[in-house]
Amino acid sequence: MRMITFAKRCGKEILRDPITLCFGLGFPLVLLLLLTAIQGNIPVNLFEIDTLTPGITVFGLSFITLFSATLVAKDRESALLQRLYTTPLTGFDFIIGYMLPLLPIAIGQVVICYLFAVPLGLTVSINIIYAVIGVIPMAIFNISLGLLCGSLFGVKQVGGICGALLTNLSAWLSGVWFDLELVGGPLKKTAGFLPFIHAAEAEKALFSGDLGTAASHIFPVILYSVLITATAVFCFLRQMKKQ
Amino acid sequence: MYAIKAVGLTKRYKSITAVGDLNLEIKEGELFSLLGVNGAGKTTTIKILSCLTKPTDGDATVGGFSITKEPDSVKRLIGVSPQEIAVAPNLSVKENLELICGIHGFSKDKTAANINELSDRFDLSGCMMRKVGKLSGGWQRRVSIAMALISEPKILFLDEPTLGLDVIARHDLWETIRSLKGKVTVVLTTHYMEEAAALSDRIGIMKNGRLLEVGTVEELKGKSGTDNFEAAFLSIVKGVGTCE
Repeated sequence: MRMITFAKRCGKEILRDPITLCFGLGFPLVLLLLLTAIQGNIPVNLFEIDTLTPGITVFGLSFITLFSATLVAKDRESALLQRLYTTPLTGFDFIIGYMLPLLPIAIGQVVICYLFAVPLGLTVSINIIYAVIGVIPMAIFNISLGLLCGSLFGVKQVGGICGALLTNLSAWLSGVWFDLELVGGPLKKTAGFLPFIHAAEAEKALFSGDLGTAASHIFPVILYSVLITATAVFCFLRQMKKQ
Repeated sequence: MYAIKAVGLTKRYKSITAVGDLNLEIKEGELFSLLGVNGAGKTTTIKILSCLTKPTDGDATVGGFSITKEPDSVKRLIGVSPQEIAVAPNLSVKENLELICGIHGFSKDKTAANINELSDRFDLSGCMMRKVGKLSGGWQRRVSIAMALISEPKILFLDEPTLGLDVIARHDLWETIRSLKGKVTVVLTTHYMEEAAALSDRIGIMKNGRLLEVGTVEELKGKSGTDNFEAAFLSIVKGVGTCE
């Protein structure tokens, strides 16, 4: 009950911030539109809608990190969290309360992306549902990463780290904009160690119905999700104690 | 029975002693003010007593529960209004009050009844559906204090509650605080002497983390041999060495 009350509050805080919300939900859609338009005018298959959309959904999740981090950092900088630390809310209530409302927002964002892509020529099949479900581990990774950044940094730093750095990293290292095979070298190796490319590949595989490939790529994403969630919980509880 | 009893309460930050060897007893229903200049240790004391900060040494019981061993029990009894305005800015006044009621596990009926009561007491009915972040600083402070009261605390900590309020709002709040006397134990920090004198049953004067004197206004005046409370405060505070 306590945790649900706090989760509802967090959800309202995010959904009532129009600039963040419009940017977070709108930007991936604009990209989808723009890259599809580019594809229509080039002779090679660079941004085909059936491979582009799953990638864009993964890239869009980096904005969820920004939402999550900004909310936690703002709360930490305001006296509200101080007040709430003097109430019966436990550390568990806080962590789940922050994470819970972001999961439906993340899934909603992915669903909107797929729906938006349908009139642009996306193949409609049952695989879209699998792809939406398959994005959950990466969504948890992004939410936890936000909780971690929000626990460690202030609002301004979060804007720079999650708003600029992470979204760019996610874009370059997920292979959404360009095929990492073409670049090769250290960039490809680095990407292989991080979850972004695996999440994008898993999403593409789920969308095309290739469950075997999807499973092999989802495993490292789940591993990263667990690792980052554990680190985020540790850091949040540590800063809570530091109060 | 004492609502609050602190024994040897100490908080050190590296070489700085924010609160040193604080021994204090506050009776149930008493309105106790901690008075002191900036950096005296008033806010740190409140933070320790409200389980926000752990003491380096010593312990205190709040409502009969140890702040170091039973913080969860303490948190069910207290309400805190921090020095800074502590509200959720994108939520309406009503939603902010509902948030605290929900955290304390109140039923819908009890939540509605408490919101109605505080709405009347703080004159909030006109702005109940407005986002708190859009209200003026004075109104945000009212909401912040109402949030501390809505959980029906047995012990209420008010850290500089009238900071930034205009004269009328300040006097309105004084009336509200007075109306709590005898029903709720109130610990209030302030650096306004007239506020401490007007509201308190007893006053504790702090400087450099030390509690220098405790007593009623008359007792403190008597101890310093003056009939003016401000002069008594200055005499007590200036009679001790300066900060570390």
